[in-house]
Amino acid sequence: MNFEAIKVIYSAEMRRTRNTLLQSIASPVISTCLYFVVFGSAIGSRIESVGGVSYGAFIVPGLMMLSLLTQSISNASFGIFFPKFTGTVYEVLSAPISFFEVIVGYVGAAATKSLIIGVIILITASFFVDLRIAHPFWMLAFLLMTCVAFSLFGFIIGLWADNFEKLQLVPLLVITPLVFLGGTFYSIDMLPPLWQKISLLNPLLYLISGFRWSFYEVADVNVGLSLMMTAGFLIGCLIVVWLMFRSGYKLKQ
Amino acid sequence: MKASDTSAETGVNAIVQVRGLSKTYDNGHQALKNIDLDIREGEILALLGPNGAGKTTLISIICGLVNASGGTVLVGGYDHVKQYRKSRELIGLVPQELALGAFELVENTVALSRGLFGKSKNPEFIQQLLENLSLGDKATSPVNRLSGGMKRRVLIAKALSHEPRVLFLDEPTAGVDVELRKDMWAVIDELRADGVTIILTTHYIEEAEAIADRVGVINAGEILVIEDKQVLMDKLGKKQLVIELREAIKTIPAELEEFNLQLCEVGNTLTYTYDIRAERTGITRLLNDVQNAGLTLKDISTSQSSLEDIFVNLVKADA
Repeated sequence: MNFEAIKVIYSAEMRRTRNTLLQSIASPVISTCLYFVVFGSAIGSRIESVGGVSYGAFIVPGLMMLSLLTQSISNASFGIFFPKFTGTVYEVLSAPISFFEVIVGYVGAAATKSLIIGVIILITASFFVDLRIAHPFWMLAFLLMTCVAFSLFGFIIGLWADNFEKLQLVPLLVITPLVFLGGTFYSIDMLPPLWQKISLLNPLLYLISGFRWSFYEVADVNVGLSLMMTAGFLIGCLIVVWLMFRSGYKLKQ
Repeated sequence: MKASDTSAETGVNAIVQVRGLSKTYDNGHQALKNIDLDIREGEILALLGPNGAGKTTLISIICGLVNASGGTVLVGGYDHVKQYRKSRELIGLVPQELALGAFELVENTVALSRGLFGKSKNPEFIQQLLENLSLGDKATSPVNRLSGGMKRRVLIAKALSHEPRVLFLDEPTAGVDVELRKDMWAVIDELRADGVTIILTTHYIEEAEAIADRVGVINAGEILVIEDKQVLMDKLGKKQLVIELREAIKTIPAELEEFNLQLCEVGNTLTYTYDIRAERTGITRLLNDVQNAGLTLKDISTSQSSLEDIFVNLVKADA
């Protein structure tokens, strides 16, 4: 195992975060705070509680997920896309490193950044709403799995993308709509029956529901199913990345 | 001369052994055709060839950047696929493009390269390496503030940061001015003195002529010839004897026909091309016959073909 390589990739990625602190951390935190102000305080104060939870508090897990997913994807995809774009990826490809070590370095750093953002948002949210975490262990488990799984997903996008437009395509046109329609701002109980059934096809619903359950024990779907979906997505991403590295997809000709 | 004529040596003292290497890209382009090559430890090997000859593909496969379609590569005796860790540890690569993280500090980017090869931090070594490459005072400068020549040196520092035994330089002086090119040659010479095996691809003949021990000519995915530079020049080089006449003539006299002389347009210069390896060059007989033909000599001079002439002739013959 080339631990030194993992360490330097991880450190270089974290250094990039430090060098772009405003963009990397402050920006998502400010955006989330704005959501709290608008949906939590301004509009939320006029909405009834959902499942016994005040609306402001109800949206906290969903908003955390929104940030975690978009940040995990963006951090990891940019982390590998940029070396491809500038040509510096040759260093990684010609070094004595296995695909697993490359993943641990890049995805580990992206997941760490997302985790930091998630914790900051959680702390920020506590200033706006009355928060309680019913199952801290499961909250942490969902948080970690989400960060890692979507960082892996971002890594796949970064490997696949060969221009900046493609890099933004999936996060903007797929992930963001799915998060918004996956119960970030509402419970699917509020939807007409047909839309409730359609919503069950949205994989992110399971993630948000499970994460919300760890806070308030309120869930749209069975928590076990949520865990399975999250773990399944993580394993699926890992397999795809492994296949991409093995074949040299968009990395080696 | 085809690859089969230039079959690799026995492999003794070869730090890199390439056997039957071929590469066909997805678009059907066959970049390498059954290449055999031995690179001797401690030498400077220059791979010459026109654009698209397969030079970069060859070193990219050895370094792990491109997958081969067939054949094997051993570096230090290690298979470059099955034992890629051991094999790659021995290799340093300076790519053709100035591929560097623009906002990284010089010392950080060099340290990153060292770490990727599993070597623990060694700031003293890196500082010394930068000093050796005249970058000592640039250690804490961001890469994007360096000149093109300095960036090229940073790439060399990165490639040497893990103390490799083999260094691949892919067109190290492409687009570099003459002065900087000579500086680069000096750096390469120092590396050789340190025992590093150097393989450089170039299409600057003068570069190969100036610094290489051996020269390989590659064209259309085949190695046309690989030989010690001097031997190659002796073997394939032609020498010319230029005879300047006191009075111009219109045609070459019949008694001089067997020498295949060339008469210049003005008619006052005869050029005789001969093989320097031949036991009898025919010069004495020619000079006698010139006098017997009633021609008066004004001056004589000789010139030897350069590596460039050899290269052009080989590639032309292969076309």
